[in-house]
Amino acid sequence: MAAFWAWFVAAGTIGFVIWCVWLIRWASKQAPQNIKDEDLVGHKWDGDLEELNNPAPKWWLYLYFMTIAWGAVYLISYPGLGITEGLLNWSQQGQYEEEMKAAEARYEPIYERFAAMDFETLSQDPEAQRLGGSLFANYCTTCHGSDARGAAGYPNLTDDDWIWGDDELAITTTIRQGRNNVMPNLSPALGGDTGIDNMVNYVRSLSGAVEADAAAMSSQPMFVALCSTCHMANGSGNPLLGGPNLTDDVWLYGSSPEVVRATIVNGRNGVMPPHGVLLGDKRTKILAAYVSSLSNSE
Amino acid sequence: MDTTASYNDKVVRQFTIMTVVWGIVGMLVGVIIAAQLMWPQLNFDLPFLTYSRLRPLHTNAVIFAFGGSALFATSYYVVQRTCHVRLAFSKLAAFTFWGWQAVIVLAAVTLPLGITQSKEYAELEWPIDLLIAVVWVAYAIVFFRTIGQRRIKHIYVANWFYGAFIITVAVLHIFNNLAVPVSLTKSYVIYTGVVDAMMQWWYGHNAVGFFLTAGFLGMMYYFVPKQAGRPVYSYRLSVVHFWSLIAVYMWAGPHHLHYTSLPDWAQTLGMVFSIILLAPSWGGMINGIMTLSGAWHKLRSDPILKFMIVALSFYGMSTFEGPMMSIKTVNALSHYTEWTIGHVHSGALGWVAMMTIGSIYSLLPRLYDRDGMHSTKLIDTHFWTSTIGVVLYAVALWVAGIGEGLMSRAVNDDGTLTYAFIEILASKYPYYGMRLVGGLIFFAGMIIMAYNVWKTISNKKPVPVAVMDPA
Repeated sequence: MAAFWAWFVAAGTIGFVIWCVWLIRWASKQAPQNIKDEDLVGHKWDGDLEELNNPAPKWWLYLYFMTIAWGAVYLISYPGLGITEGLLNWSQQGQYEEEMKAAEARYEPIYERFAAMDFETLSQDPEAQRLGGSLFANYCTTCHGSDARGAAGYPNLTDDDWIWGDDELAITTTIRQGRNNVMPNLSPALGGDTGIDNMVNYVRSLSGAVEADAAAMSSQPMFVALCSTCHMANGSGNPLLGGPNLTDDVWLYGSSPEVVRATIVNGRNGVMPPHGVLLGDKRTKILAAYVSSLSNSE
Repeated sequence: MDTTASYNDKVVRQFTIMTVVWGIVGMLVGVIIAAQLMWPQLNFDLPFLTYSRLRPLHTNAVIFAFGGSALFATSYYVVQRTCHVRLAFSKLAAFTFWGWQAVIVLAAVTLPLGITQSKEYAELEWPIDLLIAVVWVAYAIVFFRTIGQRRIKHIYVANWFYGAFIITVAVLHIFNNLAVPVSLTKSYVIYTGVVDAMMQWWYGHNAVGFFLTAGFLGMMYYFVPKQAGRPVYSYRLSVVHFWSLIAVYMWAGPHHLHYTSLPDWAQTLGMVFSIILLAPSWGGMINGIMTLSGAWHKLRSDPILKFMIVALSFYGMSTFEGPMMSIKTVNALSHYTEWTIGHVHSGALGWVAMMTIGSIYSLLPRLYDRDGMHSTKLIDTHFWTSTIGVVLYAVALWVAGIGEGLMSRAVNDDGTLTYAFIEILASKYPYYGMRLVGGLIFFAGMIIMAYNVWKTISNKKPVPVAVMDPA
């Protein structure tokens, strides 16, 4: 901070403290005692508004003075006035670092033990499961729900459908780096409303939601041309690119013709935020093992 | 114009009636959003009924519409009575009434539409901010010109507080709202990052300190001695606590930003001056309560005095709670929990609203040439609904907030947090219910008041009151 403003703040602070002390002295000096009802100050407003001049209560003046004295001690002990570091050498950054260090010393052994286990064992260890459950409750439930069953746009983690893959590397990567899953709007290439309707029917027929008629089947070449990069030519999905499997009965955004149409016409932009910095590698691994265990496929 | 013919009570009457109207509107919106916290589906999936838009409507309506109208009404009444002159500039005073009502109506339209600066208690967009500034300057001109024309040498203590409130709110409003407009309904505040946060809470805290405290202390200093028929307890005490209060309040804002990227020294200043603020705040409470001390027997028969003594008690309680919550260690628990909302409402309902209600019951009959309100019994009923309502409200949110704070910091043996956000939220549901009931009871009292006010003033033609010669 520029020196001028530092001194400006310091002068203001000290000035106002002195002002308060001066007011206390003024109030306690020559204070009249044993005021009676007839000892009015002598001003009179609006017919009957008058004032007595009782001394300020002693306990109140002491209280006032004590808060000022305490304030002065605090200002000297802690960073204050815009210029001083404080005698205690305290800072909130320092406090944070100390608390984090203490927490690390206390909890790190627990995480060390789990980090040494392999993924398979970890996903079956009851203690690791409990720990993973707490992590999940705090970091994941906002989107994936308390029961991990997700919601429209937020994947269900309890089924055996994995958009980005279900092995250790895939799940830890999802947690650590997050995912940005973009489905572009390619509908202009579908040739207007009829083309879009046919594509909707074709896509829904892949999972057996509808019977594909000849019109729907006419979209197949277009599906292969536009969609197969992510969803594969047969619609079975591609975890490497996060392209969902369209042949099962799991639908991230919903399976109704309207929702599928909206997905095709508007595209989708699913975001899972990265948690690597928040969690660190060891906790990421424990959480990944927990998430892996949620799936029915195990 | 002859400044000694009669008092300008027309503008006082207008503001007084609107105080009751806006009180009902503001508290109704409060009850609705309290219900939405329990049953979110009550927003009926309509954007303008969502919590995020109704909440600023509630705060603006109760602080600036209800509280603001009460302050305009009483300050205009008090400054004339205690200066022994008619209010200066009648036309300008009328402008402040219509201008202020226009601000409120514009707020009631724009906030549900989602037009906002996104600054708490300063949500209104720049065209409305400009109107506020103009109205406020007009208010200052009317008020201080009247003081300037006074026919008595000493300025009454109530006017010190009203004056400080008017000047400071002008400064706060103008500097916090400096913004670059990009369209009629959108602007960008000129401050960025932590400076913006600091400006915002310098404003926010002093809105509490000067709008909701100094202004209402002005109200207290006129209506409490008037209603009790007692002299003010201590002139000396009023001098000390006035000059302390206005000096110290200015510094306390940073306690809203503990443990943020605000520099440590600024947080320290905010905390130290918040603690020092305890005694100056209590000075007002002591002076008010001790003024009543010679008239305790009147409490049995006069529910208006009961409103005032309970208001002063809540003032003392909240101004103890505030400094305590500004201590970093306490703040680490209380901040971002329901405790804060409980604290605000024990101040806003317990102090601001109850002092306003008491003062209006005292003021209204004088404005309509009556000996008293239509029904004293209904005032008493209103007193009990208000008291029970605010106690239920505050207790519910203390318990919810402290529980929330403790649950948020609870840690398992393995270092993970014990409770997920949703579990903490679920734990608050019973208290949300209790808060809703408290709010409803308080609101019911306002309906009783509206009826009582209506019965008092209907069929009554106000008579001009001649300006009293100074003693």
